[in-house]
Amino acid sequence: MAFVQKFLIRVFYAVILLTAVLVLNFSMMHLAPGDVADTISQSMGGADQEVLDQIRAEYGLDQPFLVQLGRYIGNVLQFNLGYSYFFNTPVTDLILQRLPATLLLVFTAQIMALLIGVVLGVISARRPNGLASHFVTALALFGYAAPVFWTGILLLIAFSLKIQWFPVAGMQDVTVSGGFWVHALDIAKHLVLPAVTLGSVFLALYSRLSRATMMEVLGSDYVRTAKAKGLTEREVVYKHALKNSLSPVITLAGLQFSAVISGAVLVEAVFSWPGLGTLAFQSIIARDTPTILGILFFSAVVVIVGNLLTDLALRFVDPRMGGK
Amino acid sequence: MSEPLLKVENLRIELTTRDGIAPVIDNLSFELNAGENISFVGESGCGKSMTALGIMGLLPEKIGRIASGSITFDGEDLTAASEARLKEIRGNDISMIFQEPMTSLNPVYTVGEQIAEVLRRHQGLSAAQAWTKAIELLDAVRIPNPQARVSDYPFQMSGGQRQRVMIAIALACEPKILIADEPTTALDVTVQAQIFDLLRDLQAETGTAIMLITHDMGAVAEMSERMIVMYAGSKAEEGRVDEVIEHARHPYTKGLISCVPHIMQTLTEERHKLTEIEGIVPSLREFGRNNCLFAARCELVEDRCLSERPPENGFGKTQKAACWRAEEV
Amino acid sequence: MSEQVKVPEEEVVEARSPFSEAWEMFRRNHAAMAGLVVLILIVIAAIIGPPLYAVDPFEMVWAPFSPPGVDGFILGTDYLGRDLVAALLGGARVSLIIGLAAAFVTVAIGVTVGALAGFYLGWVEEVLMRITEFFQVLPTLLFSMVIVALFGASLPMITFAIGVVSWPPVARITRAEFLRIRELEYVTASRASGAKNFKLMFSVILPNALPPIIVQSALMVGSAILFEAGLSFLGLTDPNVVSWGQVIGSNRQYILDAPYTVTIPGLAIFVTVLAISLVGDGLNDALNPKLRQR
Repeated sequence: MAFVQKFLIRVFYAVILLTAVLVLNFSMMHLAPGDVADTISQSMGGADQEVLDQIRAEYGLDQPFLVQLGRYIGNVLQFNLGYSYFFNTPVTDLILQRLPATLLLVFTAQIMALLIGVVLGVISARRPNGLASHFVTALALFGYAAPVFWTGILLLIAFSLKIQWFPVAGMQDVTVSGGFWVHALDIAKHLVLPAVTLGSVFLALYSRLSRATMMEVLGSDYVRTAKAKGLTEREVVYKHALKNSLSPVITLAGLQFSAVISGAVLVEAVFSWPGLGTLAFQSIIARDTPTILGILFFSAVVVIVGNLLTDLALRFVDPRMGGK
Repeated sequence: MSEPLLKVENLRIELTTRDGIAPVIDNLSFELNAGENISFVGESGCGKSMTALGIMGLLPEKIGRIASGSITFDGEDLTAASEARLKEIRGNDISMIFQEPMTSLNPVYTVGEQIAEVLRRHQGLSAAQAWTKAIELLDAVRIPNPQARVSDYPFQMSGGQRQRVMIAIALACEPKILIADEPTTALDVTVQAQIFDLLRDLQAETGTAIMLITHDMGAVAEMSERMIVMYAGSKAEEGRVDEVIEHARHPYTKGLISCVPHIMQTLTEERHKLTEIEGIVPSLREFGRNNCLFAARCELVEDRCLSERPPENGFGKTQKAACWRAEEV
Repeated sequence: MSEQVKVPEEEVVEARSPFSEAWEMFRRNHAAMAGLVVLILIVIAAIIGPPLYAVDPFEMVWAPFSPPGVDGFILGTDYLGRDLVAALLGGARVSLIIGLAAAFVTVAIGVTVGALAGFYLGWVEEVLMRITEFFQVLPTLLFSMVIVALFGASLPMITFAIGVVSWPPVARITRAEFLRIRELEYVTASRASGAKNFKLMFSVILPNALPPIIVQSALMVGSAILFEAGLSFLGLTDPNVVSWGQVIGSNRQYILDAPYTVTIPGLAIFVTVLAISLVGDGLNDALNPKLRQR
C-alpha cells in the first residue's frame, strides 16, 4: 500500500511539473519578438496593419496574457495542443506521428547502453587490468569528448558509405514490401547506426560507473560471507554481487533521459531519422510556436515517464527502495 | 588420544605490503580436537583473523598467501587442496562468522534465501526442503516467529538478530568446525551474553568444535576450554583456560589478564589503578624476526630476548609459553 | 632492566600549502599534464593563429573540395572553396570563448542557487530545489534551441542559452557540499563567534566547498564547447563567426566526396574536449584524494 501511495504522489508531482513547463514555455514564446501573425504575414508575402490586427483577433492574440495562457492549458487538458499553420496539421497529430520513431531510438539506445555497460563493468571489475577494463577507460574518455553528431558521421562514413552494411538515412526503405517481419527487419537495419551512435555516449558513462560499483561490491563484507559459504565463483559474482551493483547504474540511467533526448535531436539530424528531433528543428526554424511548445511539453513527458519507469525498475532490484 | 580434527603445523602466512613481504603469521602450530572449544586471544594486528582466513583459504587474493607449513583437517592437507575442494569444505565442514553483522548479510536477498542457498549447495536439498529447514534453523538460533521472519530482509533486523542469522547459516550444514571471528565485538554487552549462550548451547547439541577469535579476556573465560595467546604473529602462550588464568606463564598473558578491570566489592577511597602494558605492538615490518617481539614492553627482558627467539617451555601437560624466563612469571 | 625502544628517526616533513600539494599531485598525473599542454597549445593557436595566418575563413580562396596537402592548403578547402585551417583557427577562438563564458554563467547561477539552498534550508531550499528539478526535466539542447531561435543567434545569446540550461548539476553539487560542511565544527565555531550569514556563506563555507565545484567547472567548459558545437551543427549560430560545429554542419551533405571537411573539425572538437576532461580528472584526483577511483 505504501508503494502505491508513493507512486501516486510521484504522478501528482509530475503533473504539477508539467504544468510549470507549459507555463514557462508559453511565457517564453510570448516574450519573444514577433508572433503568429508576423509569421503568417511573412508566408503571405507581407500584410498591412489591418490584416495583421484581424489575424491577431482571430487567434485570440489580443487577449491578455493570462487569458491566453488559461485557454492554452485548457486545450492541453483536452489533448488539443493547437494547430500548426506551418505543417497544416493539428500539433497533436504531428507529434504522435513522429513520437514512435524517437521513442524507438531513445529506448533502444538506453537499454543497449545499460546492458552492455553492466556486462563490461562486471568483466572489468573482476579483471581490473584486463582488456575489458582498458576498453572501458578508453571508451569513457572517447564517449565523453567526441561530439555525438561527429561520432554519427564517422560511423556513417565507415559503415554506410565505405563498407555498405547499413543504409545511409531514414527509418525505412519505402520500396520494401512484405509482411510485419520484413518491415521490422528493415527498420532494425536502419536503427543500428543511430542507436549505436546515441548509445555510445551513455555506454561510456554506465560502464565506468558499473565497473566502479562492482569493484566496491566485490570488496564488501557480504561478498566475503558468500565466499565463506563455499558458493561457486559464478554464484558469488552474478547472484550476490551483481544485484547490488545495479542500483546506482539504473539510477544514473534514469537521470540521463533528458540528455538522451538532446542527443537524439542531433542523431536524428545526422541520420535523417524521422522523429521528434527533426520535427523540432524544422518547427524552430519556421517559428511554428504551437509545435515547438508541443514538442517541449512532450519531451518533458517522456523524461518524467522515463524517471517513473526507472523507479519501478529500482524497486525490483533493491528491496530497500520499496514500500515494504 | 585420537587424531586431532585440525592440526596446524609451522604455518607461515605472508602479506605483500608496500614495504615488502611481511610474515603476518610466523611458524604457528596448534591442534584442535573434535567438539573442543578454543579461543585465540590477542590485540588487533596479531594475526588471529589471518589464521582463520588461512584455514578457510580466504586470504585476500593478491596480497596474502600461505608461504609454508601445513593445515591438516580430518587427515587432509588444506594447503594442498584445490580451490574446488576448498569450496566444498567452506560452509559445509568448516564455517566462519564475522565481526560485522550489519554488513555481512546481502541486503537484497531475504535471510531465508541466504540460509537456504547453503543447504541447496552443500546438501542438495530442494528449494522447498531448504526453505523449511531455514525456518527450523531460525528457530534454533532463537529468533522469534521464524515463519514470518524468514522472508524478511536484513535491513528489517537488528544487529543481534543478524548475527544469529549468520550463526544459522554457519551451522546449517552441521560443520565440524565453526570459526567465530570476534562475533560480538560490534554488539551490545547484553546481546553479547545471549550470543555466547546460544553458541554454547548449540555446541552442546551438535558437537561442533568452536574456534573463537577475540581480544576480550572475559569472553574467553566464559566460552572456552583452551586458549591460545597470540602476539605479533606467533604464539605466546597456550593452555587450558583455568590454568592460564590462574597462573600465566608469559609476561604478555599476565599483562592481558591484569588489564581486565574488576569491580570492587566495596567502594573505598583507594581505587585499583588500571594496569596497562606499556609500549605498542610492533609494526608488521618487524614480524618474523629472530628475537622475542614482546621484549620492548617486557619487565623481565634480558639480552637473550633481543637476539634469539624463545622456545616453547612446557608446564604441566597442557600449558606452554614462549618465554626465556617463563618459570619466573 | 629494560631497554628503551628506539624510535627510528623520521624525517621531518615540511608543511606545504594545499595549493602546492594539489599542484604536485596534478603534476605527477601524466595524462592530466598532457591534457594541460594540449590545452595551452590550443589557446595559443586561438590567440595568435588568426592574426598570423591571415586568411579570412569566409573567403573563397580556392576551388571547392581541394583535398588536404594539395595545392598548398594543408587541410584543404570546403564546399565553398574556403580554407579549412582558417576555419579551424577561427573556430578555436569561438569555441574557447563560448566555452569559458558559458561555463562561467553556468557556475555563477549554479553556485548561487546551490549555496542559498544549502545554507538557508527550509522553504528557500524547497523552492530552489524544485526550480532545479524543473530545469532538469527539459532536454537542455531543445530548450536552448528554442531560446536561440526566439531571441536571436548572437554570441552573447548563445552563451546565455547554454548557461541557463546547464546549471542544475553545479547547483546540486554546491548544495550537497554546503549541507555537509555546515555541520562541521569550524562552522559552528564561526557562528558562535558572531559571524553574519553572508560572511559565513562566502568566507567560511564556500572556500571549503570549492574542490568539487572547481572540478565540475572545468568539466562544464568541455560540456559548453560540445553544446555550442551541437547548436552550430544545427545551424543555430552567429552567421558572422566561424565555428567548428558549423563547418561540420554545412559540409555534411558532402561527406561522400570530401569526408575530411567533416572529420577534421570534429577531431578538433574531440581533442579540445578530451584535453579538458583529462585536466578535469587530474584536478579531481589532486583536490579530492579520498575520492580517487583507482
